[in-house]
Amino acid sequence: MDALITQLQRQFRDYTISLYQQGFLDDQFTELKKLQDDGSPDFVAEVLTLFFEDCVKLISNMARALDQTTGNVDYSKVGASVHQLKGSSSSVGAKRVKALCVSFKDYCDTQNFEGCVRCLQQVDIEYKTLKTKLQDLFNLEKQIIQAGGRVPQVDIN
Amino acid sequence: MEKGGFSPVGLRVLVVDDDPTWLKILEKMLKKCSYEVTTCGLAREALRLLRERKDGYDIVISDVNMPDMDGFKLLEHVGLELDLPVIMMSVDGETSRVMKGVQHGACDYLLKPIRMKELKIIWQHVLRKKLQEVRDIEGCGYDGGADWITRYDEAHFLGGGEDVSFGKKRKDFDFEKKLLQDESDPSSSSSKKARVVWSFELHQKFVNAVNQIGCDHKAGPKKILDLMNVPWLTRENVASHLQKYRLYLSRLEKEKEIKCYSGGVKSIDSSPKDAEVNSGHQSPGKSSFVFSGGMFQKATETDPKPLASASLSDPNTDVIMPPKTKKTRIGFDPPPISSSAFDSLLPWNDASEVLESKPVLYENSFLQQLPLPSQSSYVANSAPSLMEEEMKPPYETPAGGSSVNADEFLMPQDKISTVTIQDLDPSAISCMKQQEFSSNVTNNTEAILRSLNWELPESHHSASLDTDLDLSCLNGDRFLANTGLYFQDYSNSPSLLSELPLNLWYGNERLPDPDDYSFMVDHGLFIS
Repeated sequence: MDALITQLQRQFRDYTISLYQQGFLDDQFTELKKLQDDGSPDFVAEVLTLFFEDCVKLISNMARALDQTTGNVDYSKVGASVHQLKGSSSSVGAKRVKALCVSFKDYCDTQNFEGCVRCLQQVDIEYKTLKTKLQDLFNLEKQIIQAGGRVPQVDIN
Repeated sequence: MEKGGFSPVGLRVLVVDDDPTWLKILEKMLKKCSYEVTTCGLAREALRLLRERKDGYDIVISDVNMPDMDGFKLLEHVGLELDLPVIMMSVDGETSRVMKGVQHGACDYLLKPIRMKELKIIWQHVLRKKLQEVRDIEGCGYDGGADWITRYDEAHFLGGGEDVSFGKKRKDFDFEKKLLQDESDPSSSSSKKARVVWSFELHQKFVNAVNQIGCDHKAGPKKILDLMNVPWLTRENVASHLQKYRLYLSRLEKEKEIKCYSGGVKSIDSSPKDAEVNSGHQSPGKSSFVFSGGMFQKATETDPKPLASASLSDPNTDVIMPPKTKKTRIGFDPPPISSSAFDSLLPWNDASEVLESKPVLYENSFLQQLPLPSQSSYVANSAPSLMEEEMKPPYETPAGGSSVNADEFLMPQDKISTVTIQDLDPSAISCMKQQEFSSNVTNNTEAILRSLNWELPESHHSASLDTDLDLSCLNGDRFLANTGLYFQDYSNSPSLLSELPLNLWYGNERLPDPDDYSFMVDHGLFIS
């Protein structure tokens, strides 16, 4: 069992580091983990749930705002949602999503329709990708705990 | 808060942010700082909370971008009405935005993501503000002519070179200071720190108290002090102020007796005495002038006396202001910055809007890949009213105990503090349910989600209810299609069903949710 735990822990560590290295996460995520304590053992999961809910909602807002069939595109509306998403992604350390929001915002400001649509698609992919990866990470955590081990603190430097 | 007993622990913070993720994070962070946290998702809700408990919070932290109100506007309101320190936050750090924050009175501007260390020191703003208040009172803000009161006592009314425009607060403040200061020591503050200088607000309180008591002859310092309710003020402070105030009043009385009212600005004699008298009898006439706060006319005649300057009317005003006779309301009566004044400016105050929450997900829902696609389709299909509002639930979570709203959404149902239905009698249940429903208009969305058999925190579910829901799942889409619209209408008039005495429909002690009622109607389970 110990070997299993060690292996899982190593996987967890490596996976975590890779997420940071590939730019999916930044140090805000680290801060989030620090906030988790015995009083709120599922804190990070809860926050991430809120975040992904927000993604869905905001992206659908953007999609609706970019819908040309209803008339002229209201870029300020799109921009507002992008700004919100930027804020939201900054809260969990969703680095790539946040970066996308920056370019997305620029396209909104310049009223570049194609640019906006492209960004919308990318942001959709990006948050879903992050979600999958974090699910995997949490699954690893669960496995470690189920195997009787402790989730290691990963030091990102 | 007492002056001496300041401590960062237990600082009462109100956090306002439309981003639920941030709200949750900030709440956690602030709690870690040992602060007492209240969260709020809407600016107008925040204002409501603040106004409801005027002394309930020490500091406000607010995001700049919010759907219902510009963060800067909120900042203004809070500053004006409540004089609380406000910290602005944003993910946007553009200089212009920061500047705007500062201009609107923010005591700090934090960039998101916010770090613990930044939050750990926000208490300094509270302390600073309190110290400033004390300092102001002790006269650090003084900038007028030093020998004003000397001249006054010599019956020379001087503007001291101050501008004619009626900057009430500043003028009155200066005047008040003068009133208290030693004639021989006109220069303010620094030498006599122990002395209380009566600011406009303080004097106003004093005057209010005096008025309340009625005839100021009978008003004793103790009584006035009690009414004023200023913790750090001593009886001695009040007593000395009262003494001078009385002197002032009696002087005015004397003046009035000498000359009759002529109303309005009359030609002002050059002699000091007459000037004094004129100012005295001008007081009633001037009063409305003054209170309207506009520029008032200078005396048309120039005063040959060197000491009486052209801005004669200023000192008049200053003179008249506080010790109006007993007849009229004493004091400076600025336009009362009460919430009522602001309410008229805020169109949404009366709007009773339905606050919708987003679809609720089980705590680990993002970890369960399943719900997502159906959830998004739900989001797309659901009542347009839900989406268009784009509003987030006001996360009003009082500090201390369990944060009800947030955890309710995320924690498994057993963690929710529920009222066990079995313990209540039917009428109580119906009341409770009605209340729960009307106060929690999220029920319709939750009901829809429940129908999809998602594990949702549900505060009252008896076994039979679960069975009903399980049945509904068999119908799957049909149920959803049937009830989707129904719930939509329902959500628009939530009170309709909740007002019905539900215990009439069902004779047993278990009362279904209004949602379930509709379900039962659809499926012919309703038994009259």
